[in-house]
Amino acid sequence: MSRIATRFAALAAAGRQALIPYITAGDPDLATTEALLHTLVANGADVIELGVPFSDPMADGPVIQRACERALATGTSLHDVLALVQRFRRQDAQTPVVLMGYLNPVEVMGYTAFAQAAAAAGVDGVLTVDLPPEESHELNLALVEHGLDPIYLLAPTSRDERIRKVAAAARGYLYYVSLKGVTGSAALDTAEVARRVEHIKTLVDVPVGVGFGIRDAVTAAAVARVADAVVVGSALVSRVEQLAATPERMHAEIGGLLAEMRRAMDVGVATA
Amino acid sequence: MGDLIDFSQFPDANGHFGPYGGLFVAETLMAALEDLRDAYARYRDDPEFIAELDRDLARYVGRPSPLYHAERLSREWGGAQILLKREDLNHTGAHKVNNTVGQALLAKRLGKTRIIAETGAGQHGVATATIAARLGMECVVYMGSEDVKRQSPNVYRMKLLGATVVPVESGSKTLKDALNEALRDWVTNVDDTFYVIGTVAGPHPYPMMVRDFQCVIGREARQQVLADFGRLPDALVACVGGGSNAIGLFHPFLADADVAIYGVEAAGDGLDTGRHSAPLNAGRPGVLHGNRTYLMEDANGQIIETHSISAGLDYPGVGPEHSWLKDIGRVHYGAITDDEALAAFHELCRSEGIIPALESSHAVAYAKKLAPTLRSDQLIVVNLSGRGDKDIFTIAAREGITL
Repeated sequence: MSRIATRFAALAAAGRQALIPYITAGDPDLATTEALLHTLVANGADVIELGVPFSDPMADGPVIQRACERALATGTSLHDVLALVQRFRRQDAQTPVVLMGYLNPVEVMGYTAFAQAAAAAGVDGVLTVDLPPEESHELNLALVEHGLDPIYLLAPTSRDERIRKVAAAARGYLYYVSLKGVTGSAALDTAEVARRVEHIKTLVDVPVGVGFGIRDAVTAAAVARVADAVVVGSALVSRVEQLAATPERMHAEIGGLLAEMRRAMDVGVATA
Repeated sequence: MGDLIDFSQFPDANGHFGPYGGLFVAETLMAALEDLRDAYARYRDDPEFIAELDRDLARYVGRPSPLYHAERLSREWGGAQILLKREDLNHTGAHKVNNTVGQALLAKRLGKTRIIAETGAGQHGVATATIAARLGMECVVYMGSEDVKRQSPNVYRMKLLGATVVPVESGSKTLKDALNEALRDWVTNVDDTFYVIGTVAGPHPYPMMVRDFQCVIGREARQQVLADFGRLPDALVACVGGGSNAIGLFHPFLADADVAIYGVEAAGDGLDTGRHSAPLNAGRPGVLHGNRTYLMEDANGQIIETHSISAGLDYPGVGPEHSWLKDIGRVHYGAITDDEALAAFHELCRSEGIIPALESSHAVAYAKKLAPTLRSDQLIVVNLSGRGDKDIFTIAAREGITL
């Protein structure tokens, strides 16, 4: 069983939901990201989504676009991100790491070379935003062969036939994009999300996480009542942007927000 | 090679031209693209749709555009006869409107009330704003802030036509960033919004659909050259940014193995300087904006900034069908520098009384090199894809003239 599946199984056995923070690797530099990874784990991260910066992040809002620009300004490459994961793994053998990004950097490295290097570095899953199952067969083969889970997105616009098709290619978990829009969009409608996630869970076997628009503990707790995982990205990345010059505050605020979400999710679910 | 392939069978059902094209978008857009694919499949052969499109092209756009024999230019160059396909004479001044008329009819049939577009030089933005005004639809055009600066006449035109022009400040602030922003808008407003892509790039079915709408150029040129000269041309030349005017001219001739076909990319300051927009000449295959195609990218797969004096060619990718036509050797892709394009611009102004767009001037400059290698009884069709009024400020500024 993969590290991701193991983690979700353990959470399910404990009646808890996964908290999945996202940060962009290399924002504003790799040392900052490495330190932040440990802060995320210390404050309740069950799985980490690590963004691979790309010059044209079409599905991302301004917060993560700027994070990509900062990371690329210091020359962060896919190789650097893999080396970062390898350093993280030396200190943390348990927390699953999912790389989230766009296809072209992977395409340039080559699918097999990428899958090999990612597995060797200790990566557990790969979410390629602009790679729907229609185009992912070849990369999926390489990932699965090297023990990596291909993670896929579902959207409010996904019809049942597509949900089944996406689920058939997915391993680890499915990431339900809670709203029509880019990352960091306006607050989401938790009642509508609940309705959709409940429906999706009747169609798929893997755990379903929810992300896009989750920025506080109240929303995280509401989503945790219906989903298997809560993903938070832009709310963390905007704090990196504002506080990178004062690392202590940055770690305190990001750790604080995550811990608050963790508490609210656990309490919220227990009392629901 | 070319004569063994049935070009009408491409792309395949999933939008692939060999290894190129496809459908590389985030999940949120997949349903909209499936709807568009199905709608286009239904209407492309629908007699009523075709009749309405033909009527619009004739009475609103002003088609057919003339095929003009540039006799004086041909004499000066001393070689093949130069035939200019006058897309510059279309309503709005470029070939772009052939496509926006078609996509707007689809938008109407799909019940969409809002139209968005990206634009580089502004020609596609103007053509989209034009058709949106006519159909009474809301129109938002995304344009890189660099392009807003260098194409101010077209920005004003779009505003006169009632469109909202949104300057895009991210990335290199040019066409590729406008496309990113338009995709973000579409993801957010996918229920009521139709995205009118202006070139033969993007996710399936856009490269196929835009090609089909632009093929009116090549179909007319074929009939016109047969009527005027009793035979097919020896060569075709068109500029290639995304490549919609080029594929429109080329496609109806692809099966004619004796017709040599030349696409012309922007070499900017020169291919060896790195400051250019010539992915087919100096790039390699990758994935951007929904399709696999030749790209300008660095060793890590990041898209790099491009350069051309012509905003309409200043794009790091190219339509996937061109990538395939390059690989199979059916079309030869050359490149023309800023300086060569400018010289050709002036030459056409003075010898024929035609002010060409800077984009089209690249094709003219290439034809100038090609013509002397052919006999005087041979024929070259050059696609004059747009008129140059929009470029006069750029050219004046470059030549140190204050208007």
